[in-house]
Parts: sequence; structure tokens; C-alpha cells
Amino acid sequence: MQLARVIGNVVSTVKNKSLRGRKIMIVQNLDEKLEPVGQPLVALDAAGCGMGELVFWCRGKEAAFPFKRDPTPTDCTIVAIVDSDEHVNNFELKTKN
Amino acid sequence: MVNEKMILARVIGNVVASHKNQRYEGSRIMLCRMITPEGKDTNTTLLALDAVDAGEGDNVLIAREGFSASTAATGKPGAAIDSAIVGVIDRVDLLEADK
Repeated sequence: MQLARVIGNVVSTVKNKSLRGRKIMIVQNLDEKLEPVGQPLVALDAAGCGMGELVFWCRGKEAAFPFKRDPTPTDCTIVAIVDSDEHVNNFELKTKN
Repeated sequence: MVNEKMILARVIGNVVASHKNQRYEGSRIMLCRMITPEGKDTNTTLLALDAVDAGEGDNVLIAREGFSASTAATGKPGAAIDSAIVGVIDRVDLLEADK
């Protein structure tokens, strides 16, 4: 799993039918200091997240499991919303100052 | 994103997320930094569910494949979990580079 910020969403009406009613978000991966790293990617929402929220996603075949009954074509799914930016405890930062 | 499946890492923190997929209930979400066998830091960080009570600063072994991660972290497969800490490392012995 990887920390990410929700930076956008994708509206798509013509799509695989098991994606109907699912929110397709654009997320920006973050490093341990919550700074952007790498390219933005698309992730299906399974946690009810909104724009700007700090989330993390699960990748691979397991990404489809939150939508268990229908075979949802996703390989990256947002599975949790972090309580707040302060709820990422990074001991490396504490030892530095 | 690094795509090795079993990696060495150091626990550098944790993350609190009360609103999460219910299979994550009761598991600690650890923030980890991937390290080289020599112990040097890399700049790849990731989240992994703790399955062995790893603590801050511990060097750990992380399985980065869903089936094993879900099973290690929650006891059975089929969860939306792709990484789990499956071991705490005591020591890494390496072949001496012949000088």
C-alpha cells in the first residue's frame, strides 16, 4: 500500500458495467514526508473518499476484493482514509530536529 | 514503484486510519522504508500491515504479494491488502566482497 492524495476524479459514462456507480479517482502518491512522488495514477474508490483527502490504496489482484461479488476490473483501489495529515507518524522526522 | 515481492525494510512510523476496509480492522499500518541488504536506506517508502508486532526502528521483512500479505496479516486470504510485515530481522550476513 502507498500513501496518496486524492487530486481529481474521472467521469466516464461508457465503461465496463461493473464500474457503474463506482467513483474513479486520480491520486498523487506521497512519500513519508507527504511530498508528491512519481506520476499521478487512477484508483477506484472503495472508502468513500473526497477531493484532497489523504488516503492509501491497495494494488494488484487484491484491489478488486472490496467489490467482491462483481468482477470489478481494477488493479488499484483506495481502501482507507487516513484520519488527518498529522496521523502519519514519521519517527525519522522526530529524531531529526 | 519497486516491484520486488519480498523486501528488506525499516519501520519508520505508522499511520492511523479509522475509516478503512474492514479487513484492516485491528491491524497496525506501519510506514516503512526499503533498505538494501547492506542496511543502506533507499528512498522508497511504503505501507505494510504488521503481522509480527514489529516496532519503531526494527528492520523487517515485507511480503509484497496480496495472497501472502492478506493471509499473514489477517489469517485468511481475500483481503485488499498487498503488503505485510512477515518477519523482524536479527542480522543479515553477506558474502564479503573480495578485497
